[in-house]
Amino acid sequence: MNRILMSCRVNGEDHTCLADPRDTLLELLRERLQLTGTKEGCGNGNCGSCTVLVDGAAVCACLVLAGEAQGVEVTTVEGLAASGGGRHPVQQALIDHGGTQCGFCTPGIIMSAVALLRENPDPTDAEIRHAIAGNICRCTGYEKIVRAIASAAAEIRS
Amino acid sequence: MNPYTYQKVTSLDAAVMARGAADCFVLAGGTDLIAQMKAGHRRPSTIIDVKTIPEMTAVSAAPDGSLEIGAAVSATSLAGDDRIRARHPALHDAVQLIGSRQIQNRATLGGNVCNAAPSADAVPPLIVDTATARILGPGGMRTMPLEDLFAGPGRTHLAPSEILVSLVLPSPAARSASAYLRFTPRREMDIAIVGAAARLTLGPDHRIVEARIALASVAPTPIRAPSAEAKLAGHPITAGIIADAATAAQSDAAPISDTRASADYRRELIAVLVRRALFRCAARIGVDVPQ
Repeated sequence: MNRILMSCRVNGEDHTCLADPRDTLLELLRERLQLTGTKEGCGNGNCGSCTVLVDGAAVCACLVLAGEAQGVEVTTVEGLAASGGGRHPVQQALIDHGGTQCGFCTPGIIMSAVALLRENPDPTDAEIRHAIAGNICRCTGYEKIVRAIASAAAEIRS
Repeated sequence: MNPYTYQKVTSLDAAVMARGAADCFVLAGGTDLIAQMKAGHRRPSTIIDVKTIPEMTAVSAAPDGSLEIGAAVSATSLAGDDRIRARHPALHDAVQLIGSRQIQNRATLGGNVCNAAPSADAVPPLIVDTATARILGPGGMRTMPLEDLFAGPGRTHLAPSEILVSLVLPSPAARSASAYLRFTPRREMDIAIVGAAARLTLGPDHRIVEARIALASVAPTPIRAPSAEAKLAGHPITAGIIADAATAAQSDAAPISDTRASADYRRELIAVLVRRALFRCAARIGVDVPQ
């Protein structure tokens, strides 16, 4: 398949790259822009490991065509670090609470949590669990993730 | 995925023009279509992205109180729309049950309809709310009651050259409410073993003026439950009449046994969910029906 020029805006920067017109947003990010923080798990919208923000809303990058990513603002886990290079409070809280083990689901969990806290700065545990229901973690059992997100929410509010 | 041409269309005219191409698929949220393309079940030669067509992305109210919902409006948008919450609570229930937050942010009402899954959560609420489908083709716009749109699992009566533009929901009567309930083994991220929507309209004497009941996952298409509705119409609302309707709904369905549940289990669930949905309608109207 001939490659075509595609442009997109990711983490505040405009990118132009050669891409397969059949690429998903996930492939565009990982294969063309080398932004490999976003992971592919199931590839069909069930596991949430490819969660990114499109115009601020959490979506599965595996179910977005690269063509759809033209003219929107994409945020990946690489785009969360504070301007000094420090970690986002959600990232720090996951470390502090042991909310990550093998780490494969972690970028997706982080993006779902960031989307939640932007619209709901003080979520209940039930709201946190609902927000990450589309993110499968086979290691942690979720308890430490929920505690970490609640703690990050408190940190951001303070 | 097979090679295809991706085209963003920004007007209904352009969409209908493009729709004439062979093996053209309409892309809205893509949560079903892209997964089906990856699995090789759909092989489009052209994909037209309708997410920037104004008529397909708005929820607009007419002077008569009816709401027209663009087919490409997302589940998340509908969940946050106070008009949907107030007038069409069953639909409001359903759009919060479809998939995860990630899916709800993309998945659209028209996509849920056109994917034509027997388990589509948004469809029974639309049927009990007497939704009309507005369908655009080369010959112009036509309308059809939504409940007549479905031909079988994954199949509708839309012609290949047609596009579902919007769904029109008439304004509900006073003292009327709807509710949607489903049963899934997992609370989140699961597909209904049975789904049940109900709409009740009561008179001033608590007599049932109209009852509409629709079911998901119990037949090749979403269905009405006419014998259950007939048990209710004209009677004062009581726990007894609700139980009779719930039992009658079982005979309206033709459930199958599959990997998710047996037909017998589905029949049990139909009675349970229809009963609970009817009680929830009454509660939403503000009428306490002693159980």
